[in-house]
Amino acid sequence: MTSLSRGWERIRNAGLFWPLAALALVMLFNLIFTPNFFRLEIKNGHLFGSLIDILNRGAPLMLMAIGMTLVIATAGVDLSVGAVAAICAATATVLVGNVTGATNMPLWEVIPITLGVALLCGLWNGLLVSRARIEPMVATLVLMVAGRGIAQLITGGQIITVYYERFFYFGAGYLLGLPFTLFIVAGVMLFAWLMTRRTAIGLFIESVGTNASASFYSGINEKNVKLLAYVFCAFCAGIAGIIISSNVKSADANNVGLYMELDAILSVVIGGTLMSGGRFSLAGSVVGALLIQSVTTTIYAFGVPPEVVLVVKAVVVLFVVLLYSQPVKVALDKLSRRRGVRA
Amino acid sequence: MAQDSTTILTMTGISKAFPGVQALSDVDFALRQGEIHALMGENGAGKSTLIKVLTGVERPDTGVIMLDGREIQAKSPLQAQAQGISTVYQEINLCPNLSVAENILLGREPRRLGGIDWHALNKRAAEILRRLEVEIDVSQSVGMYPVAIQQMVAISRALDVSAKALILDEPTSSLSAHETDKLFAVMEKLKSEGLGIIFVTHFLDQVYRVTDRITVLRNGKLVGTYPTAELSRVELVAHMIGRELSDLEAVGRYKTRVVEHDHAARVVEARDFGRIGGMKPFDLDLYAGEVVGMAGLLGSGRTETANLLFGVDQPDSGNLTVEGKKVTHHAPLQSIHMGMGYCPEDRKADGIVGDLTVRENIILALQASQGWFQYINPAKQYAIADKYIELLDISTPTADQLIKNLSGGNQQKVILARWLATEPEILILDEPTRGIDVGVKAEIQKLVLTLAQEGKTCVFISSELDEVLRTSHRVLVLRDQEIVAELGMDDLNEQTIMQIIAGDTHDEPL
Repeated sequence: MTSLSRGWERIRNAGLFWPLAALALVMLFNLIFTPNFFRLEIKNGHLFGSLIDILNRGAPLMLMAIGMTLVIATAGVDLSVGAVAAICAATATVLVGNVTGATNMPLWEVIPITLGVALLCGLWNGLLVSRARIEPMVATLVLMVAGRGIAQLITGGQIITVYYERFFYFGAGYLLGLPFTLFIVAGVMLFAWLMTRRTAIGLFIESVGTNASASFYSGINEKNVKLLAYVFCAFCAGIAGIIISSNVKSADANNVGLYMELDAILSVVIGGTLMSGGRFSLAGSVVGALLIQSVTTTIYAFGVPPEVVLVVKAVVVLFVVLLYSQPVKVALDKLSRRRGVRA
Repeated sequence: MAQDSTTILTMTGISKAFPGVQALSDVDFALRQGEIHALMGENGAGKSTLIKVLTGVERPDTGVIMLDGREIQAKSPLQAQAQGISTVYQEINLCPNLSVAENILLGREPRRLGGIDWHALNKRAAEILRRLEVEIDVSQSVGMYPVAIQQMVAISRALDVSAKALILDEPTSSLSAHETDKLFAVMEKLKSEGLGIIFVTHFLDQVYRVTDRITVLRNGKLVGTYPTAELSRVELVAHMIGRELSDLEAVGRYKTRVVEHDHAARVVEARDFGRIGGMKPFDLDLYAGEVVGMAGLLGSGRTETANLLFGVDQPDSGNLTVEGKKVTHHAPLQSIHMGMGYCPEDRKADGIVGDLTVRENIILALQASQGWFQYINPAKQYAIADKYIELLDISTPTADQLIKNLSGGNQQKVILARWLATEPEILILDEPTRGIDVGVKAEIQKLVLTLAQEGKTCVFISSELDEVLRTSHRVLVLRDQEIVAELGMDDLNEQTIMQIIAGDTHDEPL
């Protein structure tokens, strides 16, 4: 009996438990109440269904959450990811141009240039935070506000629509029967994981996020560690921007990635990375992003009016975040211990 | 001596415990009317806790505070101020963008017709400042004035609230000599008006210039209260660092071996090396195989010297040569590459990385020196961690325990392991034994001597003189950001060191 309750305790305290549990709960809800939610169909050799939809639609958020994880782990935050996505969406669409069935510039030039713009944005944020020593929230607020303006300058204040088939592939294409976006997310995730767990970068990020001063005394170049986190975060946001513009075949500087920085931060928090920095979980953030996306999709599938969506989302987020709070944790421990004794 | 009837403030039997530390145990303190009373003690002596208890920031576990014969129990600094105890903190708490007058009378502005009576406000503020013999334009914002004037403004704000006791916490640390003189003149004036002043400082000179009595705390206990005129500097230092003069005769010789500098390699050579506000330019040579102790009071420049050598702080002057190579870029990482290691004084703030495991903490500096991409693989990490856990006898369930869950002594050993893992030629240890138990202290001292025997160089900084004496082949004595003396084996004894620290030449006290 005690070993059983101890096992339960260990599961409860494992990193990914709560976000996965919340995700399972949402899925269970769908299993019971949403008809055909789990049905997968093959049309034209492509998989279709609500689950695939969630993964596909959630791709930009998952990408931003991966990048945001590293920034938050350094005890920072990046509010500009939505704006960076807008800048990159604008850059990509303007470079492709609105010529029917053709592109002004080959894609193998468009994509690197767009990602280069994203890296510049990250460099800007990173330099403000690490060299100018500006509070991350303030430093990235600059680009959050200015970024939409920059995006509008790039598009000339217009909504740019593209008509070039091959550009649509990034956001709406299929590979091996699955949405191409999934391969992008998997690729970025693999890269982030290798970068942080197969080099010393992950250790340095956690060390700087936990105690920047002690890290400096130990010889870690904390400035460059922070710089790298912001650059990578913007890079992820840039890819997200390309996917979004490719998916909707246009770029609206005012709306691409709007408020997504908040969802990205929430995903990271739900995933178990503390806003105060230190230990981080890339997988947790991805699960967090999926949770947010599946709640949104579920609500829409349910025909709930869109104005209620945000409220329901807030309730789910509150639920998960509460489970991380120390007082709630203590109360839960007490509860399970009492039950253990009684049993 | 004044009679007890002039005592305005008494604290009796004050105890205060924080998790893991008894910050104050059974401390008595009394302040008289019209006296300046110095509160002295080294780091961790309990000075600041006593002040916090007095001003209502912390509640004492036991003890009674009486002001003017009535028991008081302040629950907040605001309440303490209302009862007549005012404090001016080291960091001046003023609103820099408000005017001088607004700052002085904040929350107590004279009113007229529902609004602030600006004319009366400025007039009253000017009057209050004139009491301190300060004549300035009170309608200007505080931020425009130099620190010394800001200090005066802070004091006058504290005074306006019908203060009976005034606490000045390190008021002179950011003042120039001239400004300090002015502050002392003001203190004398307030004293003559019957105010009791508690003066917290670590400058011995200033204590002897202005105070009437001295209370010394050590390790949370009261050592005693003495009339300043009757306590010599050496005695004061002895009380602060916990050695009795009578003990000194008993101090034996700890040295085992003399390092012959002629034959040993010179590994560190600092010339005219200094930093404004940290250390005045100094020359320093360190040789292979020796332990060099640094003695001096808090603020004498010990930690500043270590920070400069290791590149934590940037020097303003001079140059540093390590192992024959001139240091061009002063930063910890470069110092590590040059073969240096540094255990900083503040273990919690600058040493441990709390949320990382023991293993990660141990390999941190080694990994930093190897760069981002030459990752030490987990198997090797465990091997290194296990090696040092065994070597230093670190008591932890596994190498994967979070370091914040270890005791202070074991945390310190992990930090030591972090540096040993980089195999340094020069190891700087700043207060490596503070707050850890006697057994571990002895282990660390032994380790330092072993390292020296292996030909490494150790710089050993400690406020405990006997420890410095026991481990060092040579002792540098620091006072007021200068190396004032270097003592070789033959001159090493506590009395000499304490006299030098106190700035007490045999003939004439300064």
